Amino acid sequence: MQSCSKTRNPFTGAEANAVGVKVDSLTKKYGAMTVLKNVSFEVEPGEIFVIMGPSGSGKSVLLRQIAGLDYPTSGTVTVNGMDPRLASTREHVRLALVFQAGALFNSLNVYDNLALYPREHRSGDENAIRERVLHALRILSVEDAAKKFPSELSGGMKKRVSIARALVMEPQLLLYDEPTSELDPVMSATITEIIATLKHEYSVTSIVVTHDRALALTIANRVGILFNGKMLSLGTTDELRASKDPRIVDFLNPKIDVEHPRFKKLEHQEKDTP
Amino acid sequence: MKQLTSILEGIGSTLQLLVSSFSYLSSLPRQWARFIEQCYLIGYTTLPIVAILSFFIGTVLALEAGYAMEGFGAKEYIGSLVGLSMARELGPMMTSVLLAGRVGSAITAELASMKVYQEIDALTTMNIPAAKILVLPRLAAVVVMMPVLIVIANIVGWFGGSVVARYVSLLGISPEAYFSALRHFTKFKDVINGMEKAEVFGFVVVLVCCNIGLNTRGGPREIGAAVTRAVVVSLVLILVLDYFVTKMLT
Repeated sequence: MQSCSKTRNPFTGAEANAVGVKVDSLTKKYGAMTVLKNVSFEVEPGEIFVIMGPSGSGKSVLLRQIAGLDYPTSGTVTVNGMDPRLASTREHVRLALVFQAGALFNSLNVYDNLALYPREHRSGDENAIRERVLHALRILSVEDAAKKFPSELSGGMKKRVSIARALVMEPQLLLYDEPTSELDPVMSATITEIIATLKHEYSVTSIVVTHDRALALTIANRVGILFNGKMLSLGTTDELRASKDPRIVDFLNPKIDVEHPRFKKLEHQEKDTP
Repeated sequence: MKQLTSILEGIGSTLQLLVSSFSYLSSLPRQWARFIEQCYLIGYTTLPIVAILSFFIGTVLALEAGYAMEGFGAKEYIGSLVGLSMARELGPMMTSVLLAGRVGSAITAELASMKVYQEIDALTTMNIPAAKILVLPRLAAVVVMMPVLIVIANIVGWFGGSVVARYVSLLGISPEAYFSALRHFTKFKDVINGMEKAEVFGFVVVLVCCNIGLNTRGGPREIGAAVTRAVVVSLVLILVLDYFVTKMLT
């Protein structure tokens, strides 16, 4: 655990070291509300680790903790053995986060959004940066949007540009927050393939927060299910499919019962509760 | 108690931002384009409103001074009063107030939006400090542009006073007499003192507005609240600092 393996980026040819992640007894509270309750797991270097769970179960909060964007109330998160909140960690580990809403810089056009990281970190001259940026845009089929501003893009295009921006960083740890939401099925499949390609050919460590069962069950090495801030289940996709836990079975294969809708059952339960 | 904690937190985070920004000072030459863009926004786009305001401050000063001094036959000295008031006090203070309202509010709104819509988080994950690319160019730009704005404010304000002194029948002072009195009593040191005050005010306004913007949490409503808070804090700080800086310089 926490070791590194030498890898090569198939898109850029750059060499990198995949890194491991360790989450140990992590608890996060916002005021009186406990969002994450004593969550522990480890992600191996080069692994695709998918975090699933119902809306509001704390998946995005967990991802922010791993990205070092928030402080835990208790417990620790380490990336390659280092605290992700420290700037020194980011100097040693290239960590990219694909935000759910894109988080593109609205004052910059798409090209400059992608070129910002290599320019600021002086990764090559302007020609090399241009080649790298256009290549990433081509992979995500958004090269025509290079001169557009984020406000001129659709939700799906913003998402793809956001992934392209992460690829330009040649990350060792890539975090995705709902990478396939708002995308059509073909583009969702493309994004899923890209995540898998990065694992197989580049061996980047990927942690994916998603509701997309197809993505999780197709490409994940392991899947963690978060339920009310607790890690309910942690295992391979086969173990997940074999699970008998009714909450997991219902989450993975929700039946649409028009005759007896869930919300009516919930109303009855609330009435019965003294 | 909660308000006191909030004020102390604000002071602490502002000082932290200042130190953090200064630590990237060596990167400023590489940020030439951002610096020029901020000079344009802080200086050039503020210039017309500064000129209009200063002109009318000059005219009102001359008018009020004229009515008061005419009573004891000293209206020839209107130029000295307008000259000194504009150079030492009204030029720097009113320009800084305008800066807070026009530039400070825009800075807070932009940075607060970036914070709320996770652009600042994206910069953090990219290991690009906001203090380096968002705060430092703005601080450098205000330091360079503030003296320019003050020179324009003073000249236009003095000119406004001379127009009133010449054309209001009660006063009827020639421009030669007006500017002669102005030159006699307003020294170069007074203009420099005014610029020094303006530098302090402008720097503090931009720093405070950046800090409030970068510490905004929540949604669109909080962006509006942050802008209001930034302008109010800036105005209060300008007035409080005005006393202390004036005392230091005299």
